[in-house]
Amino acid sequence: MNARRTREAVFLRWLPLIIISIFVLLPIYWAIATSLKTDAGILQRPVQYIPNPFTLENYSEAWVASNFSLYFLNSLKVSLASVFFICVIAIMAGYALARYKFKGKILFMGMVLCIQFIPHAVLLIPLFDTFNKVGLVGTLTSVALVCITLNFPFITVLMRGFITGIPYSLEEAAQIDGCSRFGGVVRIVIPMLVPGIVTCGAFSFIGIWNEFLFSLMFLSDASKYTIPIGLRMMQGEYNVEYGALAAGAIIAMSIPVLLFAYLQKYLVNGLGGAVKG
Amino acid sequence: MKKTETATPALVKAKKKRNLAPYLLLLPPVLLVLIFMVYPIGYVFRLSFYDYNPVMPWLNGFKGFGNFVAIITGSEFWQAMLVSLKWVFWEVILQFTLGLIIALLLNQKFKARGFFRALIFIPWAMSGVLTAVLWNLIYNQNIGILNDLLMKVGLIETGKAWISNPSTALPSLILAELWRGVPFFAISLLAAMQSIPTELYEAGKIDGANRWQSLIHITVPQLKETIVLTTLLRTVNEFNSVDLIYSLTGGGPVGRTTTVSILLANQATKSTNYGYGSAMSVICFIILAIFAVIYLKITRFGKEEN
Repeated sequence: MNARRTREAVFLRWLPLIIISIFVLLPIYWAIATSLKTDAGILQRPVQYIPNPFTLENYSEAWVASNFSLYFLNSLKVSLASVFFICVIAIMAGYALARYKFKGKILFMGMVLCIQFIPHAVLLIPLFDTFNKVGLVGTLTSVALVCITLNFPFITVLMRGFITGIPYSLEEAAQIDGCSRFGGVVRIVIPMLVPGIVTCGAFSFIGIWNEFLFSLMFLSDASKYTIPIGLRMMQGEYNVEYGALAAGAIIAMSIPVLLFAYLQKYLVNGLGGAVKG
Repeated sequence: MKKTETATPALVKAKKKRNLAPYLLLLPPVLLVLIFMVYPIGYVFRLSFYDYNPVMPWLNGFKGFGNFVAIITGSEFWQAMLVSLKWVFWEVILQFTLGLIIALLLNQKFKARGFFRALIFIPWAMSGVLTAVLWNLIYNQNIGILNDLLMKVGLIETGKAWISNPSTALPSLILAELWRGVPFFAISLLAAMQSIPTELYEAGKIDGANRWQSLIHITVPQLKETIVLTTLLRTVNEFNSVDLIYSLTGGGPVGRTTTVSILLANQATKSTNYGYGSAMSVICFIILAIFAVIYLKITRFGKEEN
């Protein structure tokens, strides 16, 4: 019986888990290893599985020579600005959806859902044309505006859930004590909503940090590139510098992976089937 | 009598005032959607009936259904559609299957469960471009690790150019996207599994169900809604996905990995024949709208809102 148990644990738990973990980690490990190798080490045969000699040269090359410091800053600007506005919009709309009964609620939810189905590539031409007409093409603002529009719907639904979780009686009590409805929201709801806002913010940040298609279409000047565009351009070069590319990839993944570490527990416990595209 | 008469209009007024608030709160998102989604889509519909090319403006003009006819009678679109169907089919099937296996594994109680969960879900946070870079480093004929590993195991004898070989390009892409897409299913299914009441399994045990039977008769039926939801959403996601393919193969070699979405993105970013590109967008949009309707019917989304 005991032997059978052990065998079961090995074949139904540890073996598959380890195989899957290797599958998940291999690309990440390989990028880290490549980023720490010298140019000779990268090309060396037989393959160097562990970097030797070990160097940080590629990181400084990616950060300085390949301009990742600039792309990092641009990505940060777009992401933070978008996340701020998304959270403001989502709190307002989420509050309306959580606390009011009104005509058109289902219509709004339907609209939110439909947005998930719109192929982003469809929007490329008309949005490019529109931004071109108002002189916004090539600016980070144009990317941020699109990111806000594409990401707020899901975040609004999420925020609605968080607001529903805060008892309305607390707001009523504040109103009895002389608070206006708005005052009640600011003093009661917002402070209690902080964990929800952080989660929503982290969630939308990952999506926007990774945005590629519209940035590629709108940003033509290298001084405005975001990280995904910088990576793409490096990869498309005639003579790809793989060490610096791998270092760039590690820099690019650092922030989303850290945010993910914060979100991951919540992902399974709270979000359930809630969906990130 | 008089008192109620005066009270009623006041009440109505108060009610009206209160009812205006949600609309004001929803105004900013609705405006955003009107400006950056509804208007552009209308614009695409209009443009699809025109010859519109910013580089050759002297040719611009109304074209009727000309663009649509050109797309439907040409081979480019249908070839891309075939690639799209293969792409979506394999991604959804493989991601779902592996996602379900992972969810079942992580739904067991054991030490280090949290550790494995965090580890296995990491690719969820990665972008398409980043995934393309990571897998490029794996597949690369000169510096990659895949050839070396496969040669060590004895599966191949000489190194292959996985991405530029027409017969391996699409499978290579499918594997890379699988890596990134599995956590979506694993997360959703695991969450749904954790909300299945344990009494159901206890009752099953009393009835003598073994592990396999309780999976088929308890877990899967309980997950039905999540499965329908995630597979449909993922179908749409994968149909629309551009980033990874665009960065890893760009649609090549010889169009073997050009999906409809890649064709669309190439139309927008590389060609200036906007009328033709718009007509293709309209066709995609209609295909996905049909999907959306089916999706709404199956999941009956929003019904509980009443």
